[in-house]
Amino acid sequence: MLIDWFTVGAQVINFLILVWLMKRFLYQPILNAIDTREKLIAAELANAAEKEAEALRARDEFQRKNAAFDQERAGLLSKATAEAGAEREKLIAAARQAADDLAAMRQESLRSEEQRLHEGVSRQTAQEVFAVARKALGDLAGASLEERMGEVFTRRLRALDGPAKAGLADALATATAPVTVRSAFDLPAGPRAAIQQALNETFAAEIPLHFATAPDLIGGIELAAGGHKVAWSIADYLTSLEADVGELLRQGTGDGEQGRGETEKAVAHGN
Amino acid sequence: MRLTPDEIIFWQYGVVKLNATIVFTWAIMLALTVGAMLITRTLSRDLKRTHWQNLLEIVVTGIVSQIAEVGLSQPRKYLGFLGTLFLFVAAASLCTVIPGYEPPTGSLSTTTALALCVFVAVPFFGIVEQGLGAYITSYIEPTFIMLPFNIISEISRTLALAVRLFGNMMSGAMIIAILLTITPLVFPIIMTALGLLTGMVQAYIFSILAGVYIAAATRVSAPKRAGEG
Repeated sequence: MLIDWFTVGAQVINFLILVWLMKRFLYQPILNAIDTREKLIAAELANAAEKEAEALRARDEFQRKNAAFDQERAGLLSKATAEAGAEREKLIAAARQAADDLAAMRQESLRSEEQRLHEGVSRQTAQEVFAVARKALGDLAGASLEERMGEVFTRRLRALDGPAKAGLADALATATAPVTVRSAFDLPAGPRAAIQQALNETFAAEIPLHFATAPDLIGGIELAAGGHKVAWSIADYLTSLEADVGELLRQGTGDGEQGRGETEKAVAHGN
Repeated sequence: MRLTPDEIIFWQYGVVKLNATIVFTWAIMLALTVGAMLITRTLSRDLKRTHWQNLLEIVVTGIVSQIAEVGLSQPRKYLGFLGTLFLFVAAASLCTVIPGYEPPTGSLSTTTALALCVFVAVPFFGIVEQGLGAYITSYIEPTFIMLPFNIISEISRTLALAVRLFGNMMSGAMIIAILLTITPLVFPIIMTALGLLTGMVQAYIFSILAGVYIAAATRVSAPKRAGEG
């Protein structure tokens, strides 16, 4: 008999004891260790996943900030460029304006200088001409000439009419002092009497006269009373001639330049 | 001619005896337990661990995965029984390289004892999982005519388990013993290596078959099928 039933029983018990021993000393500790380790690994994996997610978030945040920074920088750069361009345009415009103003000022200065020079030359010429004429006429003037002048003046007095005569009559009537008759040379008694007579006849009144000499008249006689004047003199002719010459000069230098014409007119009147 | 280590008796008092089977079984138990204690005494629970711990972990997780592959949904519940079956049979086979050693699994008494344990464990786990009524009912399915055949199947497969393991282990030891008398030099070494392989295969077959039987018994509302290896 190959089966020994006592041994069978003993082996069953042995086997059961071995099962318990193995459970107690092998399976349980090993499985516990494995479980603990798996939990540890799972925790570490979860931790790693969390860190990865965090890193991804940080990366996204960084990229977003980077993009925003780039955008802002580009915006600032373009703004600065635009501002610099505008400033440049402004500066160039200002410089151009300043240059234009300077050029205009210079041109104006040149023109006024030219005008002044021109005017000076004209005035000098006219003065020279008139000085020569005055000198020539002054040299020619004499007693006989004074008599002729007295005749002419008398004729003119007698020829007065209209508002001129009325105005002079009023002036003579209201005059308190003797009316002054001025001449370049001392008038002889003849012409004085002729003038007194002509006045008396013309205005039908006895008019007191006072005779005086005025060399600036060059040659001629002048009666002035209360702002009214009757005169014949070479100076008047010369003044008239001078005005005519001034008018001619003004026309010659340019019809369009009104201001300049006005200036010349004033100059002519001043002479 | 000695067929079984039961015949080597060290001490006897009536029916109580201390034969080589029991003594070598105790030796294997001692070796396994002391080894497990030594290794698990300083178990590391973090990522760094010793080579021995690594080896034990590979063995244990390997057994667990094999049990799961058989079809048992909670392999850790059966790890104690099936794992110990495998470890004991495998250790008994591996120790054949030690001179003077007689494998306890070469004794029909031991294999019968293990087969009886399986014979009891199958209905035990079946009743725990399904309940008594459902387990009993599984014997008369599909019809009550199947009842005697089912019972015969239970007994015969237990017998087959015992005889298969005994035959393989005994024949391995026998062949080596015979070869040693004929060609005492190189050839027995090759046969011993072959015997180691056979022993490992037998350990695997024994525990896997036990697992299959338990899986069949614990599978709720599944047709009972007796698998033979």
